[in-house]
Amino acid sequence: MSAATKDDKIVNEKIVENATCTFCGCCCDDITLTVDMDKKVITKAKDACILGKSWFLNHVIEDKPIARIDGKEVPLDEAIDEAAKVLMDAKFPILYGMSDTICEAQRQCAPIMDDCGGTIDTTTSVCHGPSGMAFQGVGEPSMTLGEVKNRADFVMYWGGNPAEAHPRHFARYAVTPEGMFTPNGKDDRTVVICDVRHTKTAGVADIFLQIKPGKDFEFLWILRAACKGVAIPENCKEICGIDKEVAEDLFNKMKNCNYGVIFFGMGLTMTRGRHFNSGALMALATDLNEFTHFVAKPARGHGNVTGADNVVSWQTGYPFGVNFSRGHPRFNPGEFTTVDTLTRKEADAALIIASDPVANFPKPAIDHITSDKCKLISIDTKNTPTSEAAHVSIQTSTYGINTGGTVYRMDDVPISLRPAFDSPFPSDLEVLTKLRKKVNELSKKANRPYATRKYM
Amino acid sequence: MNGQLILIPGRSAKQGVGLNKGKLKEEYIRVTTTLEISFEDAAEMGLETADIVKISNHIGETEVQLKVLREGKIPVGYAFIPYGPPSSCLFDGETCSTGMPASKGMTIDIEFVKKGVKKKTALPPKTAVG
Repeated sequence: MSAATKDDKIVNEKIVENATCTFCGCCCDDITLTVDMDKKVITKAKDACILGKSWFLNHVIEDKPIARIDGKEVPLDEAIDEAAKVLMDAKFPILYGMSDTICEAQRQCAPIMDDCGGTIDTTTSVCHGPSGMAFQGVGEPSMTLGEVKNRADFVMYWGGNPAEAHPRHFARYAVTPEGMFTPNGKDDRTVVICDVRHTKTAGVADIFLQIKPGKDFEFLWILRAACKGVAIPENCKEICGIDKEVAEDLFNKMKNCNYGVIFFGMGLTMTRGRHFNSGALMALATDLNEFTHFVAKPARGHGNVTGADNVVSWQTGYPFGVNFSRGHPRFNPGEFTTVDTLTRKEADAALIIASDPVANFPKPAIDHITSDKCKLISIDTKNTPTSEAAHVSIQTSTYGINTGGTVYRMDDVPISLRPAFDSPFPSDLEVLTKLRKKVNELSKKANRPYATRKYM
Repeated sequence: MNGQLILIPGRSAKQGVGLNKGKLKEEYIRVTTTLEISFEDAAEMGLETADIVKISNHIGETEVQLKVLREGKIPVGYAFIPYGPPSSCLFDGETCSTGMPASKGMTIDIEFVKKGVKKKTALPPKTAVG
């Protein structure tokens, strides 16, 4: 339900044109918001999808403390001092999250962990982290969504359900929009969905391939072999659930299109094989360039998770799972990724930014992060199981609604936000800048050798 | 009224909407505690939409409400649940050196607990629909 009822007459109305929805990785920047400036609520979000509408219309300024320590309200500066002390006193501090905040706030995070010799990790590690590893192995045949809109005549979704996770992906970028070289929209495109379930996404498909669960790699490798002239095997259906004739027809459509694209989801990265699955898909897209122009892209989830990867990459050289304990950045998924450091009970302090591991992580990791062996600090815009379990909890304003800044769309295109109205809560940028300064002060006092390192 | 299925947690639009309303609110909790299984599996186990079942594996257990899907919407032998605290109860922390826990495709035991309140609109059709 919207925060304002239909009968309410808005006296002090503000229209925000071309606002950006930061709920999912599509970052649609064509939303028109109607804002009741007296009540501080958004009453309409024209052109937003079901997720975007719920993102904007449910946003209210909540009556609750900005900062709490062990559930007790405290001044913000006291909470920041306590958070800095916890991080500096810890033997293995970790920082996790960052996907739901602006790039300007994200860039404060690596210096904080550098100063306290900790580990920085983004939500990518439990999302498209395996795809990030695959990029390093096989490269990324990349593009922007604008190219897809204007050129793609073969569009495939593999192991994802954009109809529910990215509802405007079809209409704005990939399936129905009329592009420069696809003037008839969907009529000019072949749309293929490959998934283990007949999801809502399957409804838009010209071809739906219900693959056997856990057999993505096998089918991808069959198609890669076909690129090299190897026949599709007779027992293709037995191997991966796809008929030989269907696989042959698919391969012909792929190599005979003018511009092909595959978007892939966590059906590949979260199942057995993980980065091998993503790598096989991107290698297939690369192989298909022997015949035509072909690209692939992960369909990223949270609003600015792509920005988090970009910022951490340009600051440390690696996208996620980066450790500073030796004074220089080291990347090792499985060792420095958050699920692992928590499951192995190594982390003794956790700074969680705009994320909710207590709701979403595996049980052994939750058991440790909520135990008295790990001091939890939460910086978030809403009450979540993580903020409620935190030793230090700081409530911040919401990016894209209350604060401006930069986010990266899923195709690595940066977008500037247009906020709708102010919030009494501080921004993530303000809180993290203060925390960075405090940690740096303590680090210098402790004569840490890297406390004077300059960051952009 | 017991059985074994392979669980595929994932996103859903309702889960996304509930998330925006608040993770501690009723809608999000209801959506993330709804398990979807195939018509065929439900018939074999003698389960119906709205039944409360216990799902468990070697990591943990939780109680969820059942939603039986039309034939063809989910493969036989598989179950779907939107991401949330109940699905996390069943995730193993092992990441095989990738940072990513195996969050899809875990084997779960399913056990009938009690009858739940059934909504008329939630009833699946008796015949197969593709």
